[in-house]
Amino acid sequence: MSLLEIKDLHATVGDREILKGIDLSVNAGEVHAIMGPNGSGKSTLAQVLAGRELYTVTGGSVAYQGQDLLELSPEDRARAGIFLAFQYPVEIPGVSNMYFLKAALNTIRKSQGLEELDAFDFLTLVRDKMALMNMDQSLLNRPVNTGFSGGEKKRNEIFQMAVLEPKLAVLDETDSGLDIDALKLVAHGVNTLRSPERSMIVVTHYQRLLEYIVPDYVHVLAGGRIVKSGGKELALQLEKEGYAGLGIEDEDEVAAV
Amino acid sequence: MTTGVSEQVAEWLIDFSAQEDAEPWLQEIRTEAFFRFSEQGFPTTHNEEWRFTNVAPIARTNFRNILSPATDIPLAVRKYLAKLAPADHPFVALNTAFLNGVTVHQVPAGAVLDQPIEINYHVDEQAGPPVVHPRTLIVVGANAQCRIVESYSGKGRYFTNAVTEIVAGEGAVVDHYKVQREDTSAFHVATLAAQLGRSTSFSTHNISLGGALVRNDINVVLAEGTEAIVNGLYIVNGTQHVDNHTSIDHAKPHGTSHELYKGILDDKSSAVFNGRIIVRKDAQKTDSKQTNKNLVLSDDAVIDTKPELQILADDVRCTHGATIGQLDAESMFYLQSRGIGKQQARSLLTYAFAQDIIDRIQVPALREQLEKFLFEKFHEHSY
Repeated sequence: MSLLEIKDLHATVGDREILKGIDLSVNAGEVHAIMGPNGSGKSTLAQVLAGRELYTVTGGSVAYQGQDLLELSPEDRARAGIFLAFQYPVEIPGVSNMYFLKAALNTIRKSQGLEELDAFDFLTLVRDKMALMNMDQSLLNRPVNTGFSGGEKKRNEIFQMAVLEPKLAVLDETDSGLDIDALKLVAHGVNTLRSPERSMIVVTHYQRLLEYIVPDYVHVLAGGRIVKSGGKELALQLEKEGYAGLGIEDEDEVAAV
Repeated sequence: MTTGVSEQVAEWLIDFSAQEDAEPWLQEIRTEAFFRFSEQGFPTTHNEEWRFTNVAPIARTNFRNILSPATDIPLAVRKYLAKLAPADHPFVALNTAFLNGVTVHQVPAGAVLDQPIEINYHVDEQAGPPVVHPRTLIVVGANAQCRIVESYSGKGRYFTNAVTEIVAGEGAVVDHYKVQREDTSAFHVATLAAQLGRSTSFSTHNISLGGALVRNDINVVLAEGTEAIVNGLYIVNGTQHVDNHTSIDHAKPHGTSHELYKGILDDKSSAVFNGRIIVRKDAQKTDSKQTNKNLVLSDDAVIDTKPELQILADDVRCTHGATIGQLDAESMFYLQSRGIGKQQARSLLTYAFAQDIIDRIQVPALREQLEKFLFEKFHEHSY
């Protein structure tokens, strides 16, 4: 049984259909890259998996560990081991990073029948993970993402992932806006978290990220459907020939159809 | 025609006349004040200053006046008493008419107080219903430094009609806090008047949590080079109503005022913010900033917010802004996507909204007490 089984998934925002029948199967330990031009539905897919209410699922099914994922609230999905690294991490003034992450970790631990961590144990746990992401501990006392640089925000996402240890991580354009050093750092963090028990869906516009996070499978999303799947060599082909090489038009032309 | 002014005043006249005469200087102040009150009675919503706050429930109630025990009012401070708070404000007039005891604090010039001056007014009386007229006068000498914490609380249905006057001498540093945690059946009307000297640094934090019907008037007058922080936080639910009228008067040049009022409204509660900034003709180089932010958690809560700028000088910087909003959907989703339940996420974001006001409180014990109170309030409220 696969960890995640998406069948003929349709989703709309307002009157507009964005996902027009997605099929995808992800087994434990696999890393799947989802590539595609802007407006193809990549980010929508990521957000639908995390349970964003903005999108309405109008057809199809998503099974996670054999259960109907679409029935679950966003928080229950997180507690079941799903993690979304946001393309645009949200700034939350007034809530400290530490309070936020400790509350998140303890809710997830509680739902898994584990004991909640006190402040001391929590700090011990996060110290190593912060070092992994080359993050300064002072970031813990700052409000969530508030005043963080673009790179700090993305690192903070992967840091959260390292702390929450999900079974399925969905990385939504984690590479966007990063310079090469920040990109390597983020990729190193992600690679450290690869394990036979953890699956990942890496959503990206560019092949560059996949040089550092080498996927097992690559899917090309266009016009709300997966139009081609293959191994990591597919990403290289895309790099060489562009989306046009696959007969895909970029951006709004597709969305407007 | 509803109850006329004369009928309203008659009830109060009986109690006023029943008072024992004070010393002549004080009796004169009282009589003058009662005359001012009797001329106008209670305000109605036709009065622009009271447009959104209907005090009919107060006007209609036959209260039993409870006088503060008489105190010895030092000669040196008598010249300030009833000179700062606006004499024509009907509730100030009423307070002064029943002035008996005054909580007086004098901070000598140059003194630096380690501990905050704590003033607690608590109403436990039930019969009547009672009305109390707390009166506070604080005189801070030149270059002195102090913190003041005023607290109001009580049980049951009663009316607190408070007046606080603060005089700060040249170069003084004064942090003032008012925490209003009255019973949710109580009425609370209060005026704070602060006369600030040259180059003083003054802050006032008006935390309004309780009361059925609450009106605060904050009047701050700045001198040359004065810095004033005028902050407030109001949190209402049920059918609570809170009205904050602030007035910051830049009478002299080079003054700075920063005002931040934040409100959280739930259920069928309502709130008013009216922020007047006056920059007099002489007050060049004034720097004034006013912000009012409201978080509205229900469909039925109502907020009326209005800036009122009277700028008579030409070389000044004045900004103002007001926002009314709900909890941010993206922030909610972000928290939920990390496993935090919907209700906890709501509590967390609501609490976070108030955080920057709480963070500015310089009395650690008070800050912690409020953090705890708010934390519990929003948790208990997360259905």
